Amino acid sequence: MKNLSEALEARATPEGLEWLREAQAAVAADPTALRTKFPMVGRKVGRGTLEEGADPADVHAWTVDDAARVLLLQAAGAGAEAELADLYRFGDAAERRGVLRALPFLDIGDRGLGLVDDAIRTNDTRLIAAALGPYATEHLSDAQYDQAIIKCVFVGVPITPLDGLPERVTPDASRMLAAFVLERVTAGRDLPAEVWTVIDKYPPAEEIAAIEATLNSPYEDRRAAAERALSYRSQQV
Amino acid sequence: MRIFDPHAHMTSRTTDDYEAMYASGVRALVEPAFWLGQPRTYVGSFIDYFNSLLGWERFRSGQFGIRHHCTIGLNPKEANDENLARELIDILPRFLAKDGVVAVGEIGFDAMTAAEEWALREQLKLAVEFELPVLVHTPHRDKAHGTRRTIELVLESGIEPGMVVIDHNNELTVKDVLDSGCWAGFSIYPGTKMDEYRMVRVAEEHGLERVLVNSACDWGVSDPLKVRKTADKMAEAGFSEDDIDRLVWRNPVEFFGQSNRLILDDIESPDLSATYEGSGVLRGERA
Repeated sequence: MKNLSEALEARATPEGLEWLREAQAAVAADPTALRTKFPMVGRKVGRGTLEEGADPADVHAWTVDDAARVLLLQAAGAGAEAELADLYRFGDAAERRGVLRALPFLDIGDRGLGLVDDAIRTNDTRLIAAALGPYATEHLSDAQYDQAIIKCVFVGVPITPLDGLPERVTPDASRMLAAFVLERVTAGRDLPAEVWTVIDKYPPAEEIAAIEATLNSPYEDRRAAAERALSYRSQQV
Repeated sequence: MRIFDPHAHMTSRTTDDYEAMYASGVRALVEPAFWLGQPRTYVGSFIDYFNSLLGWERFRSGQFGIRHHCTIGLNPKEANDENLARELIDILPRFLAKDGVVAVGEIGFDAMTAAEEWALREQLKLAVEFELPVLVHTPHRDKAHGTRRTIELVLESGIEPGMVVIDHNNELTVKDVLDSGCWAGFSIYPGTKMDEYRMVRVAEEHGLERVLVNSACDWGVSDPLKVRKTADKMAEAGFSEDDIDRLVWRNPVEFFGQSNRLILDDIESPDLSATYEGSGVLRGERA
């Protein structure tokens, strides 16, 4: 996200941008004004995708209100940090997403990590996706990042667009996802092809051998699932 | 048929209900904040409940192609815990500012106590301040008297009567409510408050202007498909498609649209492959 202001100017209405300029001035003068301005952003500035033509159902896609909320928090300067936890606590899903999107743009060190943890614990795919931006890449521990990747696959958040992939993949993440593929294959079910980009960063011999052995299963549904999984693997290489 | 159920407590319902509602034509609904069958004793319990109405429940509903809105307020039963009521009224403004919050409610009377009256007056003031409509619950006991007292307080508060829906009406309350300029809501229940056959008669007698029908489905004996069943009975009784669309879609859109907070843009069909392969409501796939 190179320049949020420019992207927003291309997508929001003049009235929306005018409201945002006034709101930015208000929160710069008094950061507690965020408490009323932050919830109003969607209906004042818009809720569509920030990039023209982006898929509104894509949980990774930034929205106009995401960008406007980040600019609003930035405008509050050093005063934003004191408001952040309550904006999240009292925020609806869109407001929480705005807080999460803003974390890498604010000068708060690792003090936003609790919010990232909270979002990853939810089952709301938009919050999980928004939590796993550059801020999470920088601040999550290896074990936390591994769990976050698995959680994404579990709830259906596409992992290819994750900011930390493939750099943050560890051998543990590769093993856990391979074990997950094995579990699904044994149940005659699938996982998205993209999991193999994580698995094959550190291919775990034992789990992959077990998936390959399932090609000889006496059960037709397992054999078919193993064939599909391994064909996904060859597509990714 | 497109249906907007203006009163449905979806937090208490299952995903089967969401699927059946979508199949019946429901594309949008309003979930009023109410009590949970057992009193809350901490203000934090309300905060978590409001957050789930604005967050998880909206997400869950969206998975089934139904646009979810809510009302926020202190219900009359819990208004009787006076210390808690004061704490809660103090934090309401934070929630009343939000998108998708389309009214203050459910507020009103349960046992007609002084504490209930205080909470009703305070929340009518908040509705004026936040330019929001109001959803008023009428008591199950001593209903006609409670409804008349409610109308008096609404008119005293200075709010525009067209911004107020008084809910759970029956044959004996509807005339007072419509004459006051308020909207009249009817909760169509299996066997109690109002049923679809009686509702057809009410519609024939009083017309469709400022009338809403809802399922008010919750954790008790109730049926989330009652709006559709009412629409079907009306069609059998000779109401036109346009009349029915007015009652089950355009009327609730007009009433809650006064909040300027309805989100009805790009209502989509649910993506079943997403629902079954990747959805956040898929049981057994949870971390």
